[in-house]
Amino acid sequence: MLTDAGPGLGAAPARTRIARQAGRSQAFRRVLPFVEAAALVVALAVPIVLSERTDLVTLATNVLILSLLAISFDLCWGLSGIMSFGQALFFGVAGYAIALVGRDLEFSQLWGTLPLAMLVGLLLAGLFAAFLLLGRKPPTSIFVALGTLTGSYAAERLVSGWQYVGAGNGLSSVKLLQFGSYEFVEGAAFYFLALALLLLVYAGARFLKRSQLGLVLAGMRQNEERLAFFGYRVQLFKALVFSLAGMVAGLGGALYSYHQGFIGPGNMGPGLSTTAVLYCLLGGSGTLIGPVIGTVTVEVLSYVLSDIDAIKQFWPVILGLVLLTVVMFQPKGILGMLVSDRERIGSYGRRRGGR
Amino acid sequence: MALLQIRGVCKTFRTLRALDGVDIDVEAGTFHGLIGPNGSGKSTLLKAIAGAHFADTGTIVFDGHDITRVTPYERARAGLSLKFQITAVLSELSVYDNVLLATQSSESLTRLLLSSSRRALDGEVSGLLERFRLIDRADDLAGELSHGEQQWLEIAMALALKPKLLLLDEPTGGMSPEERHVTGKLLEPIKAHCTLIIVEHDLHFIRDICDQLTVLDQGKVLDQGDVEAIQRSTKVQQVFTTRV
Repeated sequence: MLTDAGPGLGAAPARTRIARQAGRSQAFRRVLPFVEAAALVVALAVPIVLSERTDLVTLATNVLILSLLAISFDLCWGLSGIMSFGQALFFGVAGYAIALVGRDLEFSQLWGTLPLAMLVGLLLAGLFAAFLLLGRKPPTSIFVALGTLTGSYAAERLVSGWQYVGAGNGLSSVKLLQFGSYEFVEGAAFYFLALALLLLVYAGARFLKRSQLGLVLAGMRQNEERLAFFGYRVQLFKALVFSLAGMVAGLGGALYSYHQGFIGPGNMGPGLSTTAVLYCLLGGSGTLIGPVIGTVTVEVLSYVLSDIDAIKQFWPVILGLVLLTVVMFQPKGILGMLVSDRERIGSYGRRRGGR
Repeated sequence: MALLQIRGVCKTFRTLRALDGVDIDVEAGTFHGLIGPNGSGKSTLLKAIAGAHFADTGTIVFDGHDITRVTPYERARAGLSLKFQITAVLSELSVYDNVLLATQSSESLTRLLLSSSRRALDGEVSGLLERFRLIDRADDLAGELSHGEQQWLEIAMALALKPKLLLLDEPTGGMSPEERHVTGKLLEPIKAHCTLIIVEHDLHFIRDICDQLTVLDQGKVLDQGDVEAIQRSTKVQQVFTTRV
């Protein structure tokens, strides 16, 4: 008989036993639901607490919209291991699409333009996925990263020289978003619209992450070759998630365009694409709420630093150093300090006494 | 007709000819052992069957279908399952989730998204964990298992696919003699529904569980036959006494 190979066969070696106990204690310590609940409370309170400060409500709305872009990247990288440096492409193209529909067709009804923006993001990301992910041989992460980065850069350059879409000046005076005869201007109404859409997207992404499909994505992120030997069409799963992420980015792009009243080449270029990476890594990738926290941190820091006279000239450098420090010394992001790997990756089967 | 027919399979890595015109038939319901000195091409052949490598020339016919140029995913769907030589459990997932991941691989995308089969598969997953003595470790991370337990988890995952042909690459590698004995006992019951090809260095282990043996040497088939015939083979004895 076996004596020390495992608990089913006898006494476990001390090292294994200690590691197991550590694993269990980690497994039972769930932090994310509390962080999510706290974030929701704060998000609901913001327009009430800041009702006197329109500029801060505008900033908060912007944060919610950019959080969609951050979640879009987290779906790719945090959940599925797809390194996309081009999420702003889908954000920007969708933003341009609804701006053009408003300008040329004088149509900006919420029920028509937001689904259109999502469709644009979905189809464009699907097209990229077909080229980058669905080849005969599985692509490397570097290939996908460079492919998406190049797409983002090429689109920015293309739009910068195209007069029909405003060239380098972009499209300004974007028609206001409408629902019937009601027009969404900057302020509490737009904030709650953005919050409602962010919550819907978040709930959908959370549902995906916790589903059996989420388990496939978690496995894929760790060892996609292993999953192919299980019979999973790994590249197809990747293409699907990448397209869905494009759809989310498209929704964000449309809201951004309506909220700012402007969309320009910079909103689809590598600058914003890498900022989305930063939001996600800073907050904690793979957690969904982490990228939202990362977006809040970056945008609020930018706002505060750019408003201090003494460092007005240098704030991007200071911000850059702060972020570099966090990424270097806390690679799992801000939430990595609170959330265990076990909770971040998720548990899909039953757990004794755990839930 | 044999479940697996390998004809003239060659595989070269740069200047190294790892497989050189291999011909093997594997009958359904048998346990077939691949043995040979280090570098004889055993693992390369197993990987060529599973699709981790494509054969340069020759054909591999499985269950009547030519799978020579077919992707690993399609081979897995056709009923081939491989346990890697180096354990490839998903260390950041729980033991239970590793087996669930394998068990749910035939589910449709919609059912996966809606988690429709999570409850239904629980009995199957738990049964496999029970059978491979891992049920008490179900909630632990797979990376926390001992080496022997990871090997068992790998076999459980390979069997979770309900394969027609199971390919095991050194399933007892790094195990104690007791663990090897238990592994042999764990594999015995699968004979009723599954054919097995096994690469193994432990000749006692392979002699105990296999019906047929193929001996590879320098990428070629040196000899084939039942265990007794191979034990009597002077060609095989010569290779094993001089080079193993």
